[in-house]
Amino acid sequence: MDLDLLASLLYATFRTGTPILLVALGELICEKSGVLNLGQEGVMLMGAVTGFIVVSQFDSYALGIFTSVLTGIVMAAIFAFITLTLQANQVASGLALAIFGTGLSAFIGTDYQGQSIAGLPSLAVPHLSEISVIGPAFFQHDILVYTSLAATFLLWWNLKYARLGLILKAVGENPDAANALGLPVLKVRYLAVLFGGAMSGLAGAYVSLVYTPLWAENMTAGRGWIAVALVVFASWRISRVLLGAYLFGLASILHLVAQVFGADISPNLLAALPYAATIVVLVILSSNQTRHKLFAPLALAIPWHKSR
Amino acid sequence: MLRFTVLPRLRWLTHRIVWLSVLMFSALANSAPLKVAFIYVHPAGESGYSYTHDQARKYVEDVFGDKIEVTVVDSVPDGADVERVLMQLARAGHKLIFPTSFGYMNAVQKVARRYPKVIFEHASGYKQARNVGTYFDRIYEGRYLSGVIAGHMSKSKQAGYVAAYPIPEVIRGINAFTLGMRSVIPDATVNVVWVNSWYDPGKEREAADSLIQQGADVLAQHTNSPASIQAAEAAGVYAVGYHSDMSRFGKNAHLTAPMHLWNDFYVKRINQVLDGSWKPESVWAGFSENMTTLAPLNPAIPPKVVAHIESLKEKIKAGAFHPFTGPVLDQQGETRVPAGTVMNDDALSKMDFYVEGVQGKLPR
Repeated sequence: MDLDLLASLLYATFRTGTPILLVALGELICEKSGVLNLGQEGVMLMGAVTGFIVVSQFDSYALGIFTSVLTGIVMAAIFAFITLTLQANQVASGLALAIFGTGLSAFIGTDYQGQSIAGLPSLAVPHLSEISVIGPAFFQHDILVYTSLAATFLLWWNLKYARLGLILKAVGENPDAANALGLPVLKVRYLAVLFGGAMSGLAGAYVSLVYTPLWAENMTAGRGWIAVALVVFASWRISRVLLGAYLFGLASILHLVAQVFGADISPNLLAALPYAATIVVLVILSSNQTRHKLFAPLALAIPWHKSR
Repeated sequence: MLRFTVLPRLRWLTHRIVWLSVLMFSALANSAPLKVAFIYVHPAGESGYSYTHDQARKYVEDVFGDKIEVTVVDSVPDGADVERVLMQLARAGHKLIFPTSFGYMNAVQKVARRYPKVIFEHASGYKQARNVGTYFDRIYEGRYLSGVIAGHMSKSKQAGYVAAYPIPEVIRGINAFTLGMRSVIPDATVNVVWVNSWYDPGKEREAADSLIQQGADVLAQHTNSPASIQAAEAAGVYAVGYHSDMSRFGKNAHLTAPMHLWNDFYVKRINQVLDGSWKPESVWAGFSENMTTLAPLNPAIPPKVVAHIESLKEKIKAGAFHPFTGPVLDQQGETRVPAGTVMNDDALSKMDFYVEGVQGKLPR
């Protein structure tokens, strides 16, 4: 295979996988605490639109990304209040959040449709980016791609080795026991949900400021939903979320590249490839039913209150 | 006791009020301006297809002033909602409705039968009725010209085409572009990537990037977002937009864009409804009736090429030239249109083959 092509394939894989990775990481933490937030698509869109508006008004990417993250937190806070404090059904509230975010983002973004910004410049890592193939593939990305990788590592380390991870898991597995131990269950869940919102907001910023620097209604095109599904298929493991996100990215690139090379396969079939590949691989990985169930947080989507 | 006496009276009163207001409104409606409605499949704010209808909507509002009253319903997906929206508009007293998506066709037919006094002008459909006319533009004329420009600007002799779905309208566009490009570079090739979506900026961007990676130095698109233009701008190659002027997404890359221009058609139709001369028709017009046009050409295009484009445009307008003039060969080298003849509208509307020069196999 042509080396330039390989480099550009890998490069594009990172670009396509990153928004899904960001959302999935946030959702994973959220679900580990026992809260199922299906509304990430809406949060993502809100992050995308607010980030875009701020950048086109003030021309500051740092401010734009910050706004996106903040918007994500605010959206998640609404969800957290409804499901944690008011103890509403998490599935219904999540779906409502997705619809609400989609609609509201379309509403506030109306005047910004069809506007153009330059897009966040990429950040070449000195020296490393000059290596052939590896350089253009791995070390010429923008700050958000590196951030997502750093976040992946930090979260993995925390879940595996740190006390913080243990607290999170305890709350998600058995909130009553955690409460008996004196752990602040609701506070932990609130923080986990807000973190999930922040990550989705960041993913939104990635889509509207980096990936395709423009705002258009519903521009995430279902990536938030894919990320939520990915967490389940990855059986709540960080390493598999990482693998799944990039696998999805690679497969969706391959579907387009194969056509450029004149592969004689139906593009409809190729378009289904990312979904099929991601599901197949992750299903194989988690084929052991009992083990799969072990990974699902036991208290997932079950409302909990101290006075219970 | 109070309940028994007051409630029937209240009911009676409400009935009177409802009927009175209905009478009043219908009396008002007789002297009121013509109520015209537009239904779009996408949000009107984007730079794509629905945007072009909305631009024309603004135009007719300016032209007719208070002679018409306009209602816009946007983001109505093809499906069950359409019928409901059409019924509501008809019931609310709209006398002329422009449903602008192909997928509305069956709903339009159904509602048109129930409201025979309401006139429907369905864009891109092919089913007419006593009160349903259809219209669309010959965008392929613009595509041919953009292909000619691509032929003049390309150095690698390769163009890339980001396309949505393999339906005749899209295939016709690909073929027209290819014929145009090969009229300048006889051995030029056009690579097509199907993204299976009318609108997914992410996918369109990746498709454009992979086409550029494979050596295409001019891109064209039959999708709605400006992502291909942005990809071309970033890579320093050229691109042809679609639907509307997309030059703000890539000042250097954007060569031109085949555009729909509904202004004159809408004015004509509204006038006909106002003076009672409206008849159902099937309109398919291009440069000749100013329904298709090109976005302002990139200043980088040499004046000689601009003059060539202008003269071709005039010829098409006058009916002296047709983009699908024989000989037109398909990929297998088989003659589809013999030399000296022109493809008829029926064959144009059913096109299901790639012309010579398009790479890859047409998916079915």
